[in-house]
Amino acid sequence: MPAATAVVRVEEVSFSFDAVRAPRAVLDRVSLTIEPRDFVGIIGPNGGGKTTLLRLMLGLLEPQEGRIVIFGESAARARRWIGYVPQRAALNLSAPANVMDVVLMGRLAHRPWGFRYHQSDRDAARQSLLQTGVEDLAARPIAALSGGQRQRVLIARALCAEARLLLLDEPTSGVDAQAERGLTALLHRLNESLAVVVVSHDIAFVSTQVKRVACLNRTLSIHRPQDVTGESLAAMYGEAVRLVDHHAHCHAVEHDHGAHTHGGQRAR
Amino acid sequence: MLDFFRDIPDNPFLLSGIVAGLLASIACGVIGPYVVVRRIVFLAGAIAHMAVGGVGAAIYLRAVHPDSFGWLRPLHGAALAALVAAILIGIIHHRAAERVDTLIGALWAIGMSLGVMLMKFTPGYQSELMSYLFGSIVFVEWSDVWLMALLDGVILVAALLFHKRLLALTIDEEQCSLQGVSVLWMNLLLLCLAALTVICLVQVVGLILVLALLTLPAATAGHHFARLAGIMWASILLCMVLTTLPRAAVYGTAISPESAIVIAAATTYLLSLGVRRLTRGRSTA
Repeated sequence: MPAATAVVRVEEVSFSFDAVRAPRAVLDRVSLTIEPRDFVGIIGPNGGGKTTLLRLMLGLLEPQEGRIVIFGESAARARRWIGYVPQRAALNLSAPANVMDVVLMGRLAHRPWGFRYHQSDRDAARQSLLQTGVEDLAARPIAALSGGQRQRVLIARALCAEARLLLLDEPTSGVDAQAERGLTALLHRLNESLAVVVVSHDIAFVSTQVKRVACLNRTLSIHRPQDVTGESLAAMYGEAVRLVDHHAHCHAVEHDHGAHTHGGQRAR
Repeated sequence: MLDFFRDIPDNPFLLSGIVAGLLASIACGVIGPYVVVRRIVFLAGAIAHMAVGGVGAAIYLRAVHPDSFGWLRPLHGAALAALVAAILIGIIHHRAAERVDTLIGALWAIGMSLGVMLMKFTPGYQSELMSYLFGSIVFVEWSDVWLMALLDGVILVAALLFHKRLLALTIDEEQCSLQGVSVLWMNLLLLCLAALTVICLVQVVGLILVLALLTLPAATAGHHFARLAGIMWASILLCMVLTTLPRAAVYGTAISPESAIVIAAATTYLLSLGVRRLTRGRSTA
C-alpha cells in the first residue's frame, strides 16, 4: 500500500446500539483521520462513545452510517494490522498462563493449529518483550504482574502481532506514577515507527503526551493538546472540570465543534 | 488391597474396570483443566444430566424394538444426547445475554426427567439406568472400553490440534476474536469435548459424581502448576492414581468403589489446598 495512505479514516460515522428502542446515537457523524506516526489521545466522559469508537475501529461493531477505512481496507479485514491493548479487565488473571503464553497470542492468526508454537514465533515474542523492556518476565505467571508490567506485556503482544497501529484503552489505569513515566517513554519510542491511539480518562496524561487530542462526547472534535483547557473540557463534559496542571494562558475556545475540527486537524 | 491385584487374572471385570479408569483419566486430565479454567463446570453438569435422556431413549428403543435396535447400548444414547446437549447449551450460552443459568438449569432437569420417564415405559427391570447414575466400574464391558478408547482418541487429536486456541480463549476472549478465532466455534468444540469426557467418566463414577472427577483432579493440579500443559499432565497422572488405588483399597469391603474414588479425589484436593496455604504462608513470612 502507498506510504501516503492514512492509517485510519473514520468518515461521518454514526452508531447506535438499538436503532428502534434507543434511537439517540452513541456516535453522531464522527470523522477522524489518523496519519502514519500520529499520536492521538481520545478523551471524553463515560458513555461518550470512546469504547464504541474503538470497537468500531477494530471491526467488532459495524457503523449504521458512514465508513471506516484502515490501511485502505475495511476495519474487519485490517484487524491484523492493529495492536489492541485492552483495559485491564479483558485479561483473565486466573488463567494458568505465563507472560510468554500471552505474548504468543499475537501469533495466533499466523499459526492457529497445533499444541505448541513454532520456534520462529517464540523468537518473535522474545523480541517484542525485549522491545518493551520486560524480557526477564517471560516465565512469570500473568497473575503475578504489576499494573505497569501488564501494560508492557500487552503492548509486547500487539508488537508480536506485527501491529502498525497501536490502540490502547485506558493504559494508565492501575499504573503507578513511576511506571506511567516508563510507559509514556515506551509509547513515544514506539511512535517513531507506529501510529498510536490512546483512549483515556486521564486528561493530564493525554494533554501532555499526545500530538492531537480528540474530544468525544457523541460528536468528535480535534484539538491541539495546548488547547485542552478548563473551558473546552467544561463544554464537552457539561460541567466545570478542574485541571490539576493549569496552563498559564487558557485559550478561550468556542463551542462550535466544526470550527475546532478544522483548526486542529493537519492540512492535507 | 493386595487381594485386588491378585484377583485380576481370575476376574475379567477387574481388568476391564482398571483399563476403563485409565482411559477415563486421559480424557478427564486433558479436558478437566479447560473446563475448570473456563468456568463451565455447570454447563458440563447440564450436559451430563441431559445425557440421561439419551440413556433412557436407548434402553427404551432396545427393549421395544429389539429387531432394529438390539445393538444399541445406553452409552451410545448417552454420547449422542450429550453431544446434542453440548451444541444446544453452547448456542444458548452464546446467544442469550441474561438468565442463561436458569435456562440451562431447566434443560438439566428436562433431560433427566425425560430419561426417567422413558424408563417407566420400558418393560422389565432396568439396572442400566442405575449403573449410569451411580457408575459401574465393577462391571465395565469390553465393548464399552473400546468405545472409551475411541472417545479418548477423538479428544486427544482435538486437543493437539486446537490447544493454542483453547488456551488463548482462557486468557483473553476478545483478543481471540481479533486474531480471527471464532469464540463460538471454540466454545462449541470445548463443550463437545467435555460431553465426550463426561460420557467416559460416567462409566467410572456415574452421573452423580462425574463433576467431582472432572473438576477435583484438575483443580488439585492447578494448585501446583502455573501453566495449562503442566496442569494437564499432572491431572492425567492424578486421575490414573485416583481411579485405581481407592478402588483396590476398598476391594472386598462393603464400600462402593465409585464413592471411594470420589472421596479420595476430594480428600486429595483438600489436602493439596492445605499444603498450598502452608507453603505460601511460609514463603511470604
